[in-house]
Amino acid sequence: MAVLVVAPLLAVFGYLVARGIGSLNLAFFTHLPVPVGEKGGGVANAIVGSAMILGIASLIGVPWGIGAGIYLAEYGHGRFPSLLRFTADVLNGVPSIVIGIVAYALVVLTQKHFSALSGGIALGIMMIPTITRATEEVLLLVPLSVREAAWGLGVARWRVTLSVTLRTASAGVITAVMLAFARIAGETAPLLFTAFGNQFWNLNPNQPTAALPLQIFAYAISPFDEWHRLAWAGALVLIILIVGSVALVRVVARRGVFQGAS
Amino acid sequence: MGVGVHVENLSAWFGATQALYDIDMRIPANHATAIIGPSGCGKSTFIRCINRLHETVRDARLEGCVRIGSLEAYGNGTSAVEVRRRVGMVFQKPNPFPTMSIYDNVASGLKLNGFHNRRVLDEVVERSLHMAALWDEVKDVLKKQSGASLSGGQQQRLCIARALAVQPEVMLMDEPASALDPISTSKIEELIFQLKEQYTIVIVTHNMQQAARVAEYTGFFLLGKLIEFDKTEKIFTNPSDKRTEDYITGRFG
Repeated sequence: MAVLVVAPLLAVFGYLVARGIGSLNLAFFTHLPVPVGEKGGGVANAIVGSAMILGIASLIGVPWGIGAGIYLAEYGHGRFPSLLRFTADVLNGVPSIVIGIVAYALVVLTQKHFSALSGGIALGIMMIPTITRATEEVLLLVPLSVREAAWGLGVARWRVTLSVTLRTASAGVITAVMLAFARIAGETAPLLFTAFGNQFWNLNPNQPTAALPLQIFAYAISPFDEWHRLAWAGALVLIILIVGSVALVRVVARRGVFQGAS
Repeated sequence: MGVGVHVENLSAWFGATQALYDIDMRIPANHATAIIGPSGCGKSTFIRCINRLHETVRDARLEGCVRIGSLEAYGNGTSAVEVRRRVGMVFQKPNPFPTMSIYDNVASGLKLNGFHNRRVLDEVVERSLHMAALWDEVKDVLKKQSGASLSGGQQQRLCIARALAVQPEVMLMDEPASALDPISTSKIEELIFQLKEQYTIVIVTHNMQQAARVAEYTGFFLLGKLIEFDKTEKIFTNPSDKRTEDYITGRFG
């Protein structure tokens, strides 16, 4: 049974390693892409660009999603919260390319240029419904007796929600954030006409920016063998970065927090 | 003798169902008062009206008057938070904060209200744990172990320490020993005996021997009404109401 469960994951990972590891070297992480025909080159700008876009997305999606989840769990009776739940579920099912188009219409067309910001907004919007619904679920798992204990101590209601209920459910909330993050980290479609891609260094969030999934896409559909190899290596790096950041968040979140019933 | 909690014309509802009918009660200060009665008679609802936890239940409401010392609990300018700071509560099932250390559990009432002076917190935690007779058992693991890692009896004493740390005037206990073994129960009872010198204690209990052991005064509730309230001795030896007599002699309930 266990073999069946992990087999697809191992197959993907194993294949990526087999195809990608040969093209991995220091230059891959530190150099810019080079024109066709030249040997070597790397995706350093795409790694940094992805980090920037995902950072912007998290700044939007995490507080917004957790905030909405808290609202639904703690104050969510009645019509408006039900509507909100429904909206979140629908948003969760909207194809990512549609979200990209929305960000394109709202941000790119207004600003009249592609940017990391618009890509971050598109991905941030995609994070919100996942985090909202999962946060609501794990907060509702915190027993009423824990809230009552805190209320009974004369602690204000908002403070109980943030410092007791949310803290008790923190392991679950962190898991939700990680899942949402892992999901958007590999998204390509919403970035096609928002972040757009860039062959050079860019640290300005208001400029077109390279991202790993975009770079992989560009390399993968090219007719050149050398670029195909780079695409495989890029995919491997992307997977490693996602797994790595998820593991890191787990370790950091564990420290100092006693894992409770959540 | 001072009045610790003064209840007047208190009625309470859950939605359309009335749970308490017109309760009048003067709970004496610095004594232990037991609330007895069969299940569903409104005992817990009654004490949850004293610290305004009743209103946290959806569709719950109440009418009447509750005074904690001189504080009008349901007065216009009084907030629920203010009342709960003066009225501590211990629940039926031990409910330590599972993600906090033993130390943080005890300090939580102060910390969550923005009080962070380390030296004072250390003192309060130690004093509260001493009062709850838990200090010797946990002093070496205060910050290393979670509150949830203790045994049931220890958890309940931890919850008592947590309530004591904010120095309330009144301590409500909702069947504090009903989930515990006899040894833990006797420890809790001993504790109540000591605490009542400084605190007004209201203890809901199903166990009539327990009421007789720890409380000077006892109130008997039946179907949401306070049938009789008197010295414990009187209630158990010579009750004025036939229904009280029936209950304590085990004829019903």
